Formats: sequence, C-alpha cells, structure tokens
Amino acid sequence: MRTTDPMQATIEVSGLRKRFGPTLALDGMSFTVRPGQVTGFVGPNGAGKSTTMRVILGLDAADEGHALVGGRPYTSLRTPLRHIGALLDAAALQPSRSARDHLRWLAHSQKLAVRRVDEVIEQVGLTSVARRRTGGFSLGMRQRLGIAAALLGDPPVLMLDEPVNGLDPEGIVWIRGLLRSLAGEGRAVLISSHLMSELEDAADRLVVVGRGRVIADTGVAELIAAAAGGRVTLRTTAPERARAALAHASAAVTVTGPDTLVVAGLPAERVVALLTAGGVAFAEVAAHRVTLEQAYLELTRDAAEFRGTA
Amino acid sequence: MRAVRAEWTKFRTVRGWVLALAAAALVIVLLGLSSASGSLASCGAGPVESACPAVPVGPGGEAVEDKFFFVHRALAGDGGITARLTSMTGEIRKPDVTPGVRNVVAGLVPWAKAGVMVKESTKQGSAYAAVLVTGAHGTRMQHDFTHDVAGRPGGVSRDAPRWLRLTRSGDTLIGYESADGTNWAEVGTARLTGLPATVEIGLFAASPGDLTVTQGDLGGSVSASRFTEATAVFDQVALSGETSGGWRDDDIGATKAPDGSAHHPGRAGRSGGTFSVTGVGDIAPSIEGQTVERTLTGVLTGLIVVIVVAVMFITAEYRNGLIRTTLLAVPGRGRMLVAKAVTIAGVTFAAGLAATWITLTFGTRILRANGNQILPVSQLTEVRVVVGMAALLAVAAVLALALGALLRRAVGAVIATVLLLVVPHVLATTSVLPDAAARWLLSVTPAAGFAIQQSIPEYAHVLGHYAPLAGFYPLAPWAGFAVLCGYAALALGLAVVQLRRRDA
Repeated sequence: MRTTDPMQATIEVSGLRKRFGPTLALDGMSFTVRPGQVTGFVGPNGAGKSTTMRVILGLDAADEGHALVGGRPYTSLRTPLRHIGALLDAAALQPSRSARDHLRWLAHSQKLAVRRVDEVIEQVGLTSVARRRTGGFSLGMRQRLGIAAALLGDPPVLMLDEPVNGLDPEGIVWIRGLLRSLAGEGRAVLISSHLMSELEDAADRLVVVGRGRVIADTGVAELIAAAAGGRVTLRTTAPERARAALAHASAAVTVTGPDTLVVAGLPAERVVALLTAGGVAFAEVAAHRVTLEQAYLELTRDAAEFRGTA
Repeated sequence: MRAVRAEWTKFRTVRGWVLALAAAALVIVLLGLSSASGSLASCGAGPVESACPAVPVGPGGEAVEDKFFFVHRALAGDGGITARLTSMTGEIRKPDVTPGVRNVVAGLVPWAKAGVMVKESTKQGSAYAAVLVTGAHGTRMQHDFTHDVAGRPGGVSRDAPRWLRLTRSGDTLIGYESADGTNWAEVGTARLTGLPATVEIGLFAASPGDLTVTQGDLGGSVSASRFTEATAVFDQVALSGETSGGWRDDDIGATKAPDGSAHHPGRAGRSGGTFSVTGVGDIAPSIEGQTVERTLTGVLTGLIVVIVVAVMFITAEYRNGLIRTTLLAVPGRGRMLVAKAVTIAGVTFAAGLAATWITLTFGTRILRANGNQILPVSQLTEVRVVVGMAALLAVAAVLALALGALLRRAVGAVIATVLLLVVPHVLATTSVLPDAAARWLLSVTPAAGFAIQQSIPEYAHVLGHYAPLAGFYPLAPWAGFAVLCGYAALALGLAVVQLRRRDA
C-alpha cells in the first residue's frame, strides 16, 4: 500500500477573488482539502467551482488570494502531474490520437515510464480500447481516460471536476470505490458536483459554495444533523388532538401532511410522554431526517445564481 | 527537454500530421524532379541541333564569360607592360526603328573595358589580371573574373589619356595608372597562385551586351541584351622582362558561325607604335543560366502544406480544449510554446532537408543530362542552399505556429502566414510587380528569407538584371534569412506574452 506524505496531500485555497468583467466569480473563496478524505466541492452552477479549480491548477490567475498544492503554487511544480492529478474536461482530446498515445505524451512530459501508462489504463478498465482513436470514445470512456490521466503521476492529490458525468451506474459504483480507496491510501481527493446526491455516498467532507464563496465547510453527517435541527416527525390519526396536547408544552408544531406533524423544540422522548399522557394515539415518532439534498438546498437557497422561475 | 519529448510524441501520434508533412516533402521532390525532367536544352548550329558547348569556368569554379580581343606576346618569368590609352570609342546596336534596318549608335556601354592584361593562357577561363579603363566606371584593376578594385574615375580622350601599367613578380601582379606616365598610382594587387612561369601579356578590349530592361505588359519587366563593341587605341607600349615571339591577335571566345567564321568578330590594327584593338564580349562571371536553386521551386507548394500542419499543431488544441491539459503538464507557458516550436521546427527541418537534398542532387543531375547548363557553385554554397531551404521551412513552421497561438483559429492563422510569406514571394517573382516593388516586398516581409537559396551573387562590376524575377534577392542570403527569423521570433514572443496574460 502506498504511503502518502500528509504535507504533500493538501490543497489550500485562501481568499481567492476573481472578477470577469462585471461578474465577481470568486469572492474570498477559502478552504482546505485534507489528506485521507474525499472532499465534495458542491454548489449550484456558476458558484465558482470550476474557476476555483482552474486557479488551483494555474490555468486562471486570481486577482487576489492564493492556492497551494502540497504547500506550493501549481506553476512552481516541475512535474505537476506527480503532485496533483486533475480531470477538468474529459472531452478535451485530439480525436485522432489513441488513448494510449494520449497518456504516453503526458507520461513523457512528467518523465514517467511508459509502464505507468499501461498500469493506469488497466486501472480504469480501458485496456481493450487503449490503441483505439479517442474520437470514437463514449463520454464514459473519455471520463475513464481522464481519470487515468489524473492517476498517471501517482499524485498525493486528486481533483476531479464532475467525475460522475457520463458514467453508467456500474461506472458510478466503480468511481466511488476508486475514490474511497485513493483517500484510504492517504491521498487528498476533491470532487466537484452540482448535484449533492452524487456526493452523498462518496464524500466525507463537503465544501458548499455559492456566489464565489464558501457557505459551509463541514462533515457530511454534521451537515445533515444541522439541517434536521433536532426536529421530530410524528404520525398520528388524530393530528388536532396531538397538536393541542403538544401546544401545552410550548412546542412548535407544523402540519406537513394529512397525518404527519413536525415538532420542533422537544426531544422525541418528551413527545412520546406528552402524547401518552394526553391519550393521543400515534403510529410513529421519529427524529426528523433530511436528505443531503434537502440540507444543501436549504444552505444554497440564497446563494443560487440562477434559479428557475417555473 | 521533457516538454519537447512530449510534443514530439503528440506530433507523431496524429497520423494526419505525419502524412501531411511527408506529402509536403514529396511535393517538393516531385515538382523539382518533374520540372527538371521537362527542361531540355540543345544548341542549334544552323539547321543542325547539337549539344551546347561547355561554359568556361573561372579559377574560382564559377561559370564565366571570357570573350574579348587580345593582342599579346609570351612573357617568361617576371616582367610587365606599360601602355598609354588615348581613345576609347564604340558602337551600340539599339532596337531597330525601321524594321530590317540596323540601328547603330556610337557610344560605350558602362562596363566596356580596355587595357593591359596578363593571362595564364589564351584558354577561356584561365587566370588573369588586368588594369583597364571602362565606359563609365573609371579605371579598375580586375582579376580572375570576380575581383574588381576601383581606381580613378573618368574615361579617356586624346587630351586626357590614361597610362596603364601591370607588372608581374612571381604570383603577385600589381596594377598602376598615371595621367602623365611619370607619376604613377597603384590601383590594386592581385595574387594569382599557381600562375605558370610563361604567361601571355598584352592589350585587350571587350564590350558586354547593352542591357535594356523595359516594363512588361503585366507589370513585370523584360530585359534584352544587344550587340556592342569597343575600340581602344594604345601607344607608348613598352614591355619589360623576357618576351618572346611577335605580337599575336586572338579573338578569345569568339562565337563561331556554322561556316567557321566568327560571329561579330573583334579586330586589331597596328601602325608604327599605335595599336587599335576592337573587342566584343565580356570578361566577367556569368550570371545567365540555370541555377541550382531552380530545382527547388516545389518548396513554395510544400511550404503551404507545412504552414497548415504547423498551425494545426496548436490551433487543434484550442479547438478541442487539449491546450489546458498541455498547460497542466507544462505550466510554464513560454516553455510550453517553445517546446512546440522546437518540435515543429525539428520535424519540418528533417523532412525539408531530405526533400531539398534529394531534389537538388538529382534535379541538377537530370538537368545536366538533358543538356542544360547549370551555373556551377561551390560545395559550400550548395550546402547552404539545401540546408537553408530546409531551415526556411522550419522557421516558417515556427512563424505559422506562433500566429496560430496568437489567433487561436486555424483558418485565420493559415491565411495570415500565407499572406506574410507566400504571397509576397509569388508577387515578387512572377511578372506582376515592377522590380522596385518586388525588391521592397522581399526586403521587408518574411518572404525575404527566400534569399537563402540564391546561389549566384550579384556582382557590382557586371551589369545585369538583378531582379527577384531573375532569381536575385535584394538582401544577402543570410540577411534575408535573418529577416524571416526576426518575424518568427517576434511572433513567438508576442504569442508567449499573450499566453501568459490570458487565462487558459
């Protein structure tokens, strides 16, 4: 198993600001990607995810702030692909070049042995099409090739922009497993997505962004708990009586369905005790659960740049 | 170096680019060899076609014209000749005013020449040194065809004669001139290594054809050369050293008519101590004839293919977004672009060198086999032409790449490069533009680089139609090439600056 120097396996982004004409794309973006974890980088379209990634990779210059990979600016790295593997746009390929040749020139640019090329091709499951022109590749195959390119330099940091895009269900399962095992080896993994559901099982941490800045930087479990806000869901055939019984204990009760109520301000045991004391029949009392998606929507409600009016 | 290796891998793994470059090389070879095969030359002697006579070659290996009237004696060992030139007159045939009636006017062409000479032998192309007076360029000392030193300006007349003296001491010949025969000024010194002990010494006259360059119908120019002759009168002729035999008259290099008589013969007369010598022709390097670079006409077509490939080498990456992957692998933008430039220049140079070498080597062989006279050039010049044209293709590829990086659009960059490099050359070397405009284009545009292929230099002492149309470039070979390199470097520099400023 690979051991990764934890100092190398980080991305630090601090105070990035960038303006494209009248649009403020980044407005003090700051976060850290830590080793041994899969960090989800999530936010609505236009929140600044891609711009942040391009700044980290030295493709775009920030007006203010800095981004470091393993403690160093990207552009100072002599063989950058050995420090960070990135997948930005899987479609960016010369269509007449074969997959293997694409990885071969990348390997040459990093002084990597060609043996490494065949290893990563095998790792992403493209061995049978390695010598085919990439022009005929499906989006999923391109995605795998892009991931192969990111893995080529065996880097301590990986940064993948929307890696699940275009993958079939089997591919999605595969990439989740891959990302897990890469993090398990001590690497820092940052994956972006505009769909929280994609990250629910994949990420350990989340950096939620909106309008060019970080809204939340937290663990997945904490985020869900915070969104649940200690509320209790109650199912009963007598909602009015239940409401009356609970109102005495000065709980906030919201009717959310014909037979469901959400109670805030009381723990579940107190709700059960009050209902039992009042002789109100109930089918279920449970801690209120929110999906990651709901938690995320709550967070980004104000931050969404473009919201449908329909 | 890693970046260059990566770019090289990129280049050779796109089969279309490799094939296109091979096609460019093939086009150069095929166009060159087929035009050589189609060029047949023969000389007619009346109704009989015969092989053309061999062009005389001077001591320096260059083709020469060596045609003059020589009144001479043999000189053994060291010695010299002194003579007073009292008159120089001549006639020039002008275009006929009345058809069929010869229109001859009195006068001297600028480089009509007469004076004293020491020559290895009467064989055309043999070594010589001469002190002479010209029609319009004053006194000169010339030797071995390509060397020319100016003396005093002015012509001669009965009132203002010119004394000329030439002495031989071993390999060294020294020329003098004087207005009065008493006060002598040295004009120049020539070292003729390997000059035999016995040489021919005497008086000569020659008169090159009258060159007229007229505006062509389509804007180019047409040059024509017409018959002229010059007559010089000498007296006070004195020889020193060990001379033997009497004076002999030789019409060196006279063109023979089919019946054996000389066409436009020269002549000489003697009365007492006065010699009159009339000569036709010139003693000078030849600038008329096929040049070795004529075989490389296909380079222009090959160049267009090279430009397209070089532009695609960068613009394809912009189109499919691969440029960002490239910059991830090589974040130094200058380094990335220079690696691309080195790669495209290298592959183009290699393909171009193979093409130009094959074309020139076999093209000139085919031309010679077909009876064509090719102006001989030194090995070094031939290498310069072959390597230079390959280098031109390589530098043109860099220019195209840089414009591709600046414009980021294939079509625009190809058009821009062709407009800068190909169009000026085509305009300047086809009879479209006046000579002055053609020269200007080939001085200030990247097309100046084509000068690298000029194998025959311009000679200040030979009147010629030194126009781009005739294969003469306004700038010296390396100077012209430097102009092209300057443009390529400038474009590459701008591309790097722009690449650094912009987000990728």
